Amino acid sequence: MSLVLRGGRVIDQAGERLADVEVGDDGRIANVGDGCVGDVELDASGCVVAPGFVDLHAHLREPGQEDAETIETGARGGALGGYTALVAMPNTQPAMDCAAVVEQVRALGRDVACEIVPTGAMTVGRQGEDMAPLGELAGLGVGIFTDDGTGVQDPRLMRRIMEYSTGLTHRLGRPVVLAQHCEVDALSSGGYMHEGEWSSRLGIPGQPAEAEELMVMRDIALVRLTGAHMHFQHLSTAGSVAMVRDAKAAGLPVTAEATPHHFTLTDAACASYDPVFKVHPPLRTDADVAAVREGLADGTIDAIATDHAPHTDHAKEQSFDLAPPGMLGLETAFPLALDGLGLDLPEVLALMSWRPAAIAGISDRHGAPIQAGNPANLCVVDPDATWTVSGRAMASRSSNSPFEGRSVRGRVRHTLRDGVPVVVDGEAQR
Amino acid sequence: MTVHLLGIDGMDRARIEELLELTDTFDEIGRRPIPRVPALRGKTVATLFFEDSTRTRLSFDAAAKRLSADTLNFAAGASSLSKGESLRDTVDVIASYGVDALVVRHPMAGTPHRIADWTDAAVVNAGDGRHEHPTQALLDAYTLRQHRGALDGMQVAIVGDIRHSRVARSNVLAFSMLGADVTLVAPATLLPDSVAGWPVRVVHDLDAVLPGLDACYLLRMQRERITEGLIPSIREYVAGYGLDAGRAARLPKDALILHPGPTNRGVEISAEVAADPRSVILDQVVNGVSVRMAVLFLLLGSGLDHEPAADGEVAE
Repeated sequence: MSLVLRGGRVIDQAGERLADVEVGDDGRIANVGDGCVGDVELDASGCVVAPGFVDLHAHLREPGQEDAETIETGARGGALGGYTALVAMPNTQPAMDCAAVVEQVRALGRDVACEIVPTGAMTVGRQGEDMAPLGELAGLGVGIFTDDGTGVQDPRLMRRIMEYSTGLTHRLGRPVVLAQHCEVDALSSGGYMHEGEWSSRLGIPGQPAEAEELMVMRDIALVRLTGAHMHFQHLSTAGSVAMVRDAKAAGLPVTAEATPHHFTLTDAACASYDPVFKVHPPLRTDADVAAVREGLADGTIDAIATDHAPHTDHAKEQSFDLAPPGMLGLETAFPLALDGLGLDLPEVLALMSWRPAAIAGISDRHGAPIQAGNPANLCVVDPDATWTVSGRAMASRSSNSPFEGRSVRGRVRHTLRDGVPVVVDGEAQR
Repeated sequence: MTVHLLGIDGMDRARIEELLELTDTFDEIGRRPIPRVPALRGKTVATLFFEDSTRTRLSFDAAAKRLSADTLNFAAGASSLSKGESLRDTVDVIASYGVDALVVRHPMAGTPHRIADWTDAAVVNAGDGRHEHPTQALLDAYTLRQHRGALDGMQVAIVGDIRHSRVARSNVLAFSMLGADVTLVAPATLLPDSVAGWPVRVVHDLDAVLPGLDACYLLRMQRERITEGLIPSIREYVAGYGLDAGRAARLPKDALILHPGPTNRGVEISAEVAADPRSVILDQVVNGVSVRMAVLFLLLGSGLDHEPAADGEVAE
């Protein structure tokens, strides 16, 4: 089945032009410009046609917590949010620390609305004690290793993992990326929100910004020592952003991501005591939010990642301290980035599509320029459409959106995965 | 809309004074041979305690009974909820008994606020984590007022483990709203991470402030603060911050000594000082019942006023 995206404005890393896009029945782009014909026409007038988004950080909960999310529902939410690829975090039950679970996740993702890109855990069971079989998993195509949900606490073990990863990069001839959730447990444990004025007033035990920053500092030092590629997940403090900026200026192989909630919300939101605002790393101060935005604007932070973390209502109907941390993010990331950062649309697309695709090592098929021959992993967004966020209306099995009720601008109209329309006029097709 | 008492934060001076004046009435009732009035007959007050606190629970229970309300008591460890039932499930079950007020004590901040979102009953915060303990602050303010007439211009020091103290958070707000000057006295590790915006002065030297105080409020010091690495030893704490006879002698002759109880004799307060005529610790306990009667009465009103009469019946 061939298909035409008719009348849209195409924006990719090559620039911007008014053009139709024809997708062939092989799932690849056949033609861009005049003379496009196809079996199916999708209207893109008034919309932007862009390479599909790539989320470097999604918790899809399967296997283990299918009551909160499945790979199928997570992928559906991703497609509705304009994503064509989701990098699946390894803190499943069991953890993605061995070939069997990685293969299971990949198999479950075969026919869903987005490509599911499994990560591998850096340590066995994400316990931070023994190195996971990085070589075996890299051999299966895993490109990103992380213990996300926690950071590797032991600096000696982290050093060895970094060294080992550089050897794998040479052996495989492609980059192996280590992604760290930076949090020194000894400083953060027992804390449930950002430590500061609000935590003191609310009586919620806090975790200091330094819990994140000490690990960023340590890992930059270890990158200098080992030459490993370190990707910093969900940067949330002004100090972290500054250190990554300096590390990049020094030419070190580091990259970073930030989440929409960390460039939109502050710790003041916790005053409601509603655990929908509980997340790790925690919501920080106005100054931190400003620094994260600045980092996204000046290229210090390479990508917007959602840290999509579904939790059932039941799990969140607890005291703030007891509820699990995490927020939905897939369906709200694009409008929040579009309206919240003060950046031009092409910059937002870079942060959501081709830059994260490069970090994930999937640029051959996601975030690729819109030109004949490339796989048609595309999204069509209406940057002017406004809508109201509702957790219940989302595809996720959970509804824990911290943006509930917020009116936002920018809506995904169509999404194509390998040429197949998985979202048409805002409706999921699979 | 249901009215709750979740914290001193959100109240104003007028509201606090209204409660303290109402407390005078209930204080008088408490001194009668039969200290019971039918004000809340037909109403049900449930105490929902997720943390041990015999004193506060008894105080609320006594207050409700003196107002002729029916009482229900639910006690559970916070952790038992993690065995599958969510907090909301528990609240729904209790609420289904038809309660008019829920008195909630929980080891985690904000839990009464969450519960208030889920129920039509009036919620009274009886202490949430290290956040607030508003009825304690009201009874403390009442006790100060009883002895001094008004708090305006009073010099009040709150001494000890401010960091973990819901009593301190509520008292800072209540005392300063009523016009007192509040000084926090503690080692740096026992202060909150930030006191930005708090209407207080912070000092680390108790001896320096004693002669200028109208009231010295001592907080309970717990031994687990040592294992948390916040102080080196109880001995060192006592040396710097314990109110013993020597320090009490440097307090003005008419200064008041308060403590929320239970006291650690020989730690934050010596046995001699607890027995000092300036100590009003037992007054605080007595006033606790009167203040809680005033709170329940204000939140629930008269049972007669709010109970619509059925057809053909005359309300009592």
